[in-house]
Amino acid sequence: MIGGPQGSGINSVAENFAKGCMRGGLHVFANIEYHSNIKGEHSYYRLRIEEKEPRSHVDWVDLLVALDKETLFGDLNKVHPTHQGHRHEVSPGGGIIYDSSLKLQPESFGRDDIKLFPLPYLDLLIEGLKEFGKERELSKYQVMVNTIALGASLGLVDYNFDLAAAAIREGFTGRKAALGDMNVSAAKHGYDYAQKTFGPDALSVKLRTQRLSGQRMMIRGVQAVGIAKLKAGCGFQTYYPITPATDESEYLESHQKDYNMIVVQTEDEIAAINMATGAAHAGLRSSTSTSGPGFSLMSEGLGWAGITEAPGPVIILYQRAGPATGLPTRTEQADLRFVLHAAHGEFPRMVIAPGDSVETYYDTFDAFNYADRYQVPVIVMVDKFIASTYRDVPVINGDGMKVDRGNMLRDEDVAKLTDYRRYQLNELGISPRAIPGQKGGIFWTTGDEHDEYGHITEAAEVRVKMMRKRMRKIELAGEVIPDAKKATIHGPKTAPVTLIGWGSTKGAILDAMDDLRAEGTEANFLQIRYVNPFPEKLVYNVLSTARHKIMIENNYSAQMAGIIREKTGIAVDNKIVKFDGRPFSQNEVVEGIGDILKNGMKEVTVSHA
Amino acid sequence: MPELRTYRTQVHNDWCPGCGDFGIVNAIQMTLLEMQLEPHRVALFSGIGCSGKTPHFINAYGFHTLHGRVLPIATGAALANPGLTVVAVGGDGDGLGIGAGHFVNTGRRNVDFTYVLYDNQVYGLTKGQASPTLPKGIKTKSMPTPSIVEGVNPIAMAVASGYTFVARSYALDVRHLKQILRAAIEHKGSAFVDVLQTCPTYNDINTKEWYSGDDLPTKAPRLYKLEETGFDGRVKDPTKAEEVNAKKGSALLKSFEWGDKIPVGIFFKTEFPTYMDQLAERMPVLKDKPFVEQDVYQRDVAPLFEELT
Repeated sequence: MIGGPQGSGINSVAENFAKGCMRGGLHVFANIEYHSNIKGEHSYYRLRIEEKEPRSHVDWVDLLVALDKETLFGDLNKVHPTHQGHRHEVSPGGGIIYDSSLKLQPESFGRDDIKLFPLPYLDLLIEGLKEFGKERELSKYQVMVNTIALGASLGLVDYNFDLAAAAIREGFTGRKAALGDMNVSAAKHGYDYAQKTFGPDALSVKLRTQRLSGQRMMIRGVQAVGIAKLKAGCGFQTYYPITPATDESEYLESHQKDYNMIVVQTEDEIAAINMATGAAHAGLRSSTSTSGPGFSLMSEGLGWAGITEAPGPVIILYQRAGPATGLPTRTEQADLRFVLHAAHGEFPRMVIAPGDSVETYYDTFDAFNYADRYQVPVIVMVDKFIASTYRDVPVINGDGMKVDRGNMLRDEDVAKLTDYRRYQLNELGISPRAIPGQKGGIFWTTGDEHDEYGHITEAAEVRVKMMRKRMRKIELAGEVIPDAKKATIHGPKTAPVTLIGWGSTKGAILDAMDDLRAEGTEANFLQIRYVNPFPEKLVYNVLSTARHKIMIENNYSAQMAGIIREKTGIAVDNKIVKFDGRPFSQNEVVEGIGDILKNGMKEVTVSHA
Repeated sequence: MPELRTYRTQVHNDWCPGCGDFGIVNAIQMTLLEMQLEPHRVALFSGIGCSGKTPHFINAYGFHTLHGRVLPIATGAALANPGLTVVAVGGDGDGLGIGAGHFVNTGRRNVDFTYVLYDNQVYGLTKGQASPTLPKGIKTKSMPTPSIVEGVNPIAMAVASGYTFVARSYALDVRHLKQILRAAIEHKGSAFVDVLQTCPTYNDINTKEWYSGDDLPTKAPRLYKLEETGFDGRVKDPTKAEEVNAKKGSALLKSFEWGDKIPVGIFFKTEFPTYMDQLAERMPVLKDKPFVEQDVYQRDVAPLFEELT
């Protein structure tokens, strides 16, 4: 773990370290916790690096890198303290790298079971700068102490320096290349100092490269979404700046030139969804991305997309902790019921909740096909935790993914029509779609109830037919899409304990299952991925025979447990919830299950923060 | 060859007898005919309210959207397919009340389309409440008390927001309205047309007779044409900020004339690169044809994954 004030560059340091490890055949899971602030507040980056693939984080630290005192002791001296630092999270035998100029007495750490590695950050930086004749510009380069600390941590775990050095260099290209050299040099000073001063066996945790077959990449949710959108042929993206969704739009805009996509920053999320819907009606695959506050504003537009049977947009909802501004940079899963019911009236919408970045990629791609095929808005819920967490995964091979634009009329077919009806009533509920500009395809569309031509009507009979037509589409989607996509059973088909979850809790649950097995508790895991259409039969079949059902959710009220009950009539036995804005760790899931199985608790709230 | 009836639909029109909306719909249909625009190349967008029904009466692609959201939806379609002639229409409450934020930001973008504001100072379909353009101190028929808030100035707002064509006309002068609409549609960029309009049911102040000046001692019509007074709002050299600013200033001054004399005509016009022009600078393929006509479904994303290795 590396911690420091925001603006101290812990992101790049941690990501370079992770990349260096991944290229050495190790597996990484890297997630950041930060404040809604630009400079100064405490943030920390957690890197879990293992020979076996980790899918979650844990709440202990083998090596803590502190860029400031607050990372160690918290901000208890403030009038309104918020945390007590991370020194207590260091595991016995673990170590702490910190700035020796803080002149901390070893006893001030209150621990005699950990190792302390004081490092003269500034002296090492000055030495590094001297090689480039920049020692007089210390203040300009002071942020580079983070790289010194990175080097020292590499030295302590005795990892291959060159792999990390290459990752550092890649961050500085073109005119900035010299900076890359300076950073590598700074890292080397830290690396050498740590090895020389503390010896090769100072820390028992070591990282060794290993051979892995196949090329791997480090990807986080926002990138998975962005690449999926490009792959799916999305030509139009709208957004209003909001954490953590903006990263995705910036990613798309930075690749716009090579991939030809319009990215529009709108005046608000109301405009964002409506502009995207306008583009979708005009024939271009379109999308918008936001988080809770923005989605609240989008409700009205969602309804219009629904009643006008727009082919999209695809809406990516990055879930952060609400309500209102809530905890704007933290994760949560509390928007489930809102997404299912947003906007007044009844209309079909699809809702998909991927469990990790790879699922996010595939689900986002599929969302565009569904939008076209069923002419509905599709919402992909991506937890903030997935959005901003890096994992190493095999490079995705896109083969087998095909664009399906649904029942779109070709120019030559439309031209032959004499009585085109955009909202033609038929058995499937899906009307053949023309787009503006096509000769013969003129249609009207309205947010009022309408007839087959799209003209306003208040006729009761037409209303009934049109409601049935629209709602039929979501039933159809439920029938056509295979259950295997909608939900997954991980682990044995039957087990004494069945864990149930959705979205980003997947990783922690999977990792916790390994721990439980080691303790002698066999569990399986029902991961629900499609919220609408909901896999009723599958969930019923699994849960009606499950012996002990434990729901795990990153919200207060266990919203999915309620939906399961609504859809299947089955009540879960126990709930483990977490609503402190932080994601579940592996050990929190294990502890929660322990509280239920061993201590007889019915509902457990965990909060390791 | 298109005829006037080419642009008509059979949909029953339920506007009040004598409504100014009829004049606007007729003028739109006549303009499309005059320009010989084929109906399938035209897309009409509307907001909510009496004016919102407009697309249903015109034979062209028609989008009856949400209250206040007509501009974002029209923008999305216009950017997706710049080959379309896009005309957005809406009432003054729709555009300057609930949709005011979109009105301002649409002007900033300069997307190539036309926005026609049905300006009758009242909310018609909800039975006559004060709309944003109703001046302070006025009480129309169904208002319990006079308005105690200032009315907004649509022309000034449009100029300040960046619309590159800003004009005003009158719903009951279909000939003038047709001229202005044609100039607006032909203009490359965001064109705004404020159409003064009577609401015979709820606005008993700004009536046909009022606009004709029947109440004035001179009995002279209140409306006069800007170009007949030598006013020229057209910028000759858009690269000269000084000229652009001077023209905007004159337009603003003119826009505050109200009362016994009310100007109609073109207040401001300049040629600036449109939103799409600027996108095409970034993405040259847009110069050939719009994305909606391109195959964007075979993108090779392998290099993006490669970046992450």
